[in-house]
Amino acid sequence: MSAIKLHYDVDGTDFTRAGEASASVKKTLRQLGVRPDVIRKVAIALYEGEINMVIHADGGFIDVDIDSEKVSLALCDHGKGIENIELAMQEGYSTAPDEVRSLGFGAGMGLSNMKKNSDEMRIESTVGVGTNVYMTIRL
Amino acid sequence: MNTNTFFHSVTLDKDKCKGCINCIKRCPTEAIRVRNKKAMIIPERCIDCGECIRVCPHHAKKAIYDSLDVLDQFEYTIALPAPSLYAQFNHLEDVEIVLRALLELGFDSVYEVAKAAELVSDATRHYMARPDILKPVISSACPAVTRLIRVRFPSLIDHVLPFNAPVEVAARLSKKEAAKRTGLPMEKIGAIFISPCPAKVTASKMPLGTGKSAVSAVVAISEVYPKLLKHMHADLTSEAPTAQSGKIGVSWASSSGEASALLNDNYLAADGIENVIRVLEDLEDEKFENLDFIELNACNAGCIGGVMTVENPYIARTKLKRLRKYLPVSLNHAEQIDAELNWDAPLEYTPVLKLDEDFSVAMEKMTEMEQIEQSLPGLDCGSCGSPTCRALAEDVVRGLASPDECIFKFRENITALVDGIHKLDGYIPHSLRGEKEDEHDPD
Repeated sequence: MSAIKLHYDVDGTDFTRAGEASASVKKTLRQLGVRPDVIRKVAIALYEGEINMVIHADGGFIDVDIDSEKVSLALCDHGKGIENIELAMQEGYSTAPDEVRSLGFGAGMGLSNMKKNSDEMRIESTVGVGTNVYMTIRL
Repeated sequence: MNTNTFFHSVTLDKDKCKGCINCIKRCPTEAIRVRNKKAMIIPERCIDCGECIRVCPHHAKKAIYDSLDVLDQFEYTIALPAPSLYAQFNHLEDVEIVLRALLELGFDSVYEVAKAAELVSDATRHYMARPDILKPVISSACPAVTRLIRVRFPSLIDHVLPFNAPVEVAARLSKKEAAKRTGLPMEKIGAIFISPCPAKVTASKMPLGTGKSAVSAVVAISEVYPKLLKHMHADLTSEAPTAQSGKIGVSWASSSGEASALLNDNYLAADGIENVIRVLEDLEDEKFENLDFIELNACNAGCIGGVMTVENPYIARTKLKRLRKYLPVSLNHAEQIDAELNWDAPLEYTPVLKLDEDFSVAMEKMTEMEQIEQSLPGLDCGSCGSPTCRALAEDVVRGLASPDECIFKFRENITALVDGIHKLDGYIPHSLRGEKEDEHDPD
């Protein structure tokens, strides 16, 4: 059976647009008849990812693959990269600048929320090159 | 689709409909198509929000409601005035004037929906203190919002306050009271809601959260208003007052009234269907933190913005503020009304947006839909009768339309056809080609 592929470019300059990919993927999953709790996990994981890309990486792109068993998310950016992934995964750890925090973002929950809402998560990051986050949510 | 499952109070006057695209573009659930020069509502998608009534320049969309003649159908009638009714009048200083006018108009008694609203507020304050609930709690008072959540935001269903809306509580309590007082059986008592909105009509015929509504009929504020004016007198000396609600109950008429009654600042109140949808999307993504309560009203400014009202919603809000000024905070507390208050049927997800029951078929349709969408111009002009190019692609895979409905595709086809004719025109078969003298056909 064929897989459905969706692609989104994330604009790194516009906070208000973060969430657009999430809204579009939600609509697609609803039309496919995916269970509400699964849709919600995808929505949360994806939105956190979108916000991260805006805060830390000046945007990037997201590829979504949906097949009969899972939703696979690949979030890729050419940002500054993560020095210590283990540390970054800790709840409350944040390198977000003050102006971002003053908007209510950057509380250091992004990656841990993504992990919490996905069944598998893998991060590849090279400092100065960029970060790829791969998440799988089983249907 | 079983029409009983999806009764709607928003319908179409076919004679007035010009088949324009105003309503299809504004419908928040993409529930309208233009077919055979007329708008057509897809019943399972409509949430009765009334946006199409508001936007139709030809007044072809209308709300169905009962006429005041229903008063004759019952031996005993109770008027259930919505608090938004009070905001319709100029220089109204006392709610009492409206309530007595309702009695003069022919109702046997009046039970203010604002009174029931105060009971719901009180019960909600208790509910919010429970440790076992999901926060933020989403108000269930606006039936259009509840219906929207049911079809589009299933993962938020467990956040919805499992209480009946104030009008339902008012109908149940007032009928019980009337039955006791008059000795009449329930079916001879009519509890008639004077409503600002068509979604409440639907909610009384096809309720969510309960098997059967106690509201016997719903009449429009806009219809009652002119009749009521004749009966409004400022002289209130004769009888004992009947008004039984305070600031809290009356405030439910406008946006943030319900939320502010919780005496907890951790709330969000959004009004207008587009704003409501944005809040629900963000809520689903867990964009908000530390919110306890969310009040959502489909109409701008809240119930005073309902399509069955007469006054401009923002003027109505000012009038409401003025009226509220001298009212006590609340007159109704902690009655034991569990039977009237609690839902007796759970809110269930209705997956009307699903492309197919079978997941693999849905996947195929989705792939096909993406391809069709790619082939369309992406102008979302609506001329095909579907609100967007994507909606047309969806209609095609659902078997409800053809990609050829697109006028731009049609134009492409015509251009190709004309090109073809030009080519044919210049074409001379072999048998006819050659020297000039040979061009004369033997026939």
